[in-house]
Amino acid sequence: MNAVDTALTGKNAVKLISGNHACALGAIAAGCRFFAGYPITPSSEIAERLARYLPEVDGVFVQMEDEIASMAAVIGASMGGVKAMTATSGPGFSLKQENIGYAAGAEIPCVIVNVMRGGPSTGMPTRPSQADLMQARWGSHGDYPIIVLTPASVREIYSESIRAFDLAEQCRSPVVLLYDQVIAQLSETVALNSAANVSHTERKGASGPRSAYKPYDGGSDGIPAMARPGAGYRTHTTGLTHSEDGFPTQNPEAVTRNLSRLFSKLERHRDLIDSFEALRCDDADVVIVAIGISARAATRAVELCRAQGLRVGLFRPITFWPFPETQLRQAVAKAHGVLVPEMNTGQLRLVVERVLAGKPVEGLHLFSGEAISPVDIATRAAALARGA
Amino acid sequence: MMLIETAANFDVRDYLRKEMMPHFLCPGCGHGIALRALLWAVYDLGLDKDKLAVVSGIGCAGRLSAYIDANTFHVTHGRPLAYATGLALARPDLHVVVITGDGDCLAIGGNHLIHACRRNLKLTCLMLNNEVYGMTGGQVSPTTSETRLTTTTPLGNQEPHFDACALATAAGAGFVGREVTHHVPKLKELIKAGLEHPGFAFVEVLSDCTEIFGRKNDMGSSSEMIMRQKSEIRPSAYLDTVDTPFRSNALPTGILTKNSRPEYGAAYRRAAAARAGAS
Repeated sequence: MNAVDTALTGKNAVKLISGNHACALGAIAAGCRFFAGYPITPSSEIAERLARYLPEVDGVFVQMEDEIASMAAVIGASMGGVKAMTATSGPGFSLKQENIGYAAGAEIPCVIVNVMRGGPSTGMPTRPSQADLMQARWGSHGDYPIIVLTPASVREIYSESIRAFDLAEQCRSPVVLLYDQVIAQLSETVALNSAANVSHTERKGASGPRSAYKPYDGGSDGIPAMARPGAGYRTHTTGLTHSEDGFPTQNPEAVTRNLSRLFSKLERHRDLIDSFEALRCDDADVVIVAIGISARAATRAVELCRAQGLRVGLFRPITFWPFPETQLRQAVAKAHGVLVPEMNTGQLRLVVERVLAGKPVEGLHLFSGEAISPVDIATRAAALARGA
Repeated sequence: MMLIETAANFDVRDYLRKEMMPHFLCPGCGHGIALRALLWAVYDLGLDKDKLAVVSGIGCAGRLSAYIDANTFHVTHGRPLAYATGLALARPDLHVVVITGDGDCLAIGGNHLIHACRRNLKLTCLMLNNEVYGMTGGQVSPTTSETRLTTTTPLGNQEPHFDACALATAAGAGFVGREVTHHVPKLKELIKAGLEHPGFAFVEVLSDCTEIFGRKNDMGSSSEMIMRQKSEIRPSAYLDTVDTPFRSNALPTGILTKNSRPEYGAAYRRAAAARAGAS
C-alpha cells in the first residue's frame, strides 16, 4: 500500500492516528504539494509523514538547513503557485517570524504549523504548553494581519489543516495552525475524507491583459489576484511597502491606502474566517473560555458541573486570531463568572479581559509541563458558580 | 565576431522596466555593469523573460531585481537562496537567478550559501562583491580587505576576508567563477556559462563602491578602483584545491570550478518516479 493512505485516493476511512499524522494527511487532502522544514520536537512527525507522502502526489519535500530557510522556501514555493507548508515548535517558530511577516506583507499564502511545547527558550521540548498565543499573532515586527487556528482534537487538526490552506489561498495570508504537544502526539480516531470529497480552494489568479493588471489592487473584496510566474505578467514582489503596482513606494498617501487595505483585509472576511464552539452557554452562570487540550479538559469539567446541577458552559475559539469577540460577548451575556484555564501565565485571559471589559475574569494557569485536569477546572468553575 | 554581433543587437532596454528608471545606484557603482552583463547573457541564451525568475535579497545588489522585466522577488535579508530553493523546487520549468551582495550572501545568508552549494539545485547565484555594506552607510563586510577603513572599523579592518569562490568550491558548488566589471564581455560569458550549468552555479562579480567605500579609503574615482581590481586579477587560475577560504592578493578569475554532480531537483524527481514505479 502506498504511504498516502488509500483514504486520500480511494474511499473514506476511519483511522486511529496521531494529531501530527492527521495534520500531514489534512495537508495532502487540501492540495499541499510543497513542504520545507527543519527537525524539532514535538512537530517532526509532520515532516516525516510528508517526506513520504509528497513524492507520491508529485509534490516536493525538502529538509532545509535551518528554520529560517524552511520558512523562506515555503514562501518561495507559494510564490511559484504551489500550496506550501512548514511545521515547527516554539524555538523554530521564533526563527521563522521575520519571514512570516514577509508573507503577511507581500500577501503570500502559506501554512505554518506550530506545535506548542514548554518555554521560554529550549524549555520542555517533550511537554505541552499553550504559551505561543501572542507570538502567533504578534511575533513578527510591524503591524500585520494573520490567521491563527487552534484545533482541540486529532479530528479537528485534520479538518483545520484543510481549512488552513483554504483560508490561506482565499485571503492571501499566512495561516498558523497552533496546537499543543498533547493533541499533536495523542492518537484518536479520525474519519478521513476521500480526495474526491475534499473541496480545494484555489487563490484568485490574475486575468486580463498585462497592462491592466495591478498585483496589489484589492478589487471589490480587498484581496488582490495573484499572478503565477510564467503566465506573462512578470510582476515584482517585495517586502518593502509597495503601491498597487507592486513596486516600492514611500508616498504617504499610497502607503496609507495600501496598508489600510492590508490591515482591514481579514476583518472584511470574518464570515469566512470565524469559527468557534459554544457548549451549553445559553443558560450558563459560569462560562469557561479555553482552547486546545485545555478545552478538552474543560468539556469534561462542564459535564462534571452539570451533573451537580451547576450551570457551566464552555466557549472555545477555533479561529483564535482574529479573535471571535462578538461571539464571546454573546456567549457570556448571562454569565456572572468567567474562567480561563490555560497552559501559560495568562495570554488568553488577557484577551478575554479586554473583550469582556468590566466583567470579572478568573484564570487557572498551569505551566508545569502537565495538562490541566478536568477536576481542577471543574472545582474552580463550581466554586465560581456557587458564588464562592 | 560573435561577440560584436550580439553586442550590436543586444538592447538592454528590452530587459529593463523602463518605468523604474532612473535607477537608484550611485554614480560610479559597478552594480549596473553587472546587471547589464546578466541581461546580455540572458539575451545571448534567448531565455524567455516569462520563464525567468530573479530572486534578490537586501542591500544595494538586492534592489536590482526591481529593474528587470521578469518575474522578480525582492525578499528578506540574507535569504534569497532559501526563497529561490523553494521556488526552483516547486517550479522546475522556471529559470531561477539569485542576485545577492557580499553581506547578504556571506554574512547573514552564509548558511544558505554553503547548503545551496552542497545541495546542487539548479540555480544561478550572482554575488556582487563591493567589500562593504553600502545601503546602510558603509560598514565592514565579510569581504572587506584587511586594514580598510569602514564606519565600523575606524581602526582599520582586522578580520581576514572571505574568498567567496574558495568558500563555494569547498562547499561543493558545481560551478564557480569570478570576474571584474572591467571585462564586460568576459563577465557576460562567465554568467552565460553559469546560467547554462545544469546545477548550482556561483558567480562572483568584483564590483566597486566608489561613493562610500572608495571615498572612505581614498581609492579615487570608479575608473581608478576598477583599474586597481584589474591589476590584481589572475585570469583563469583554476581552483583545484582550496587551502584557505581567505582571499589572497592575486585574484583568480574566470571559471574556477566546474564539475557535473547530479542536479538535486532532477535527482529527487527521478527517485520519486522510481518509487512510484516500484509500488
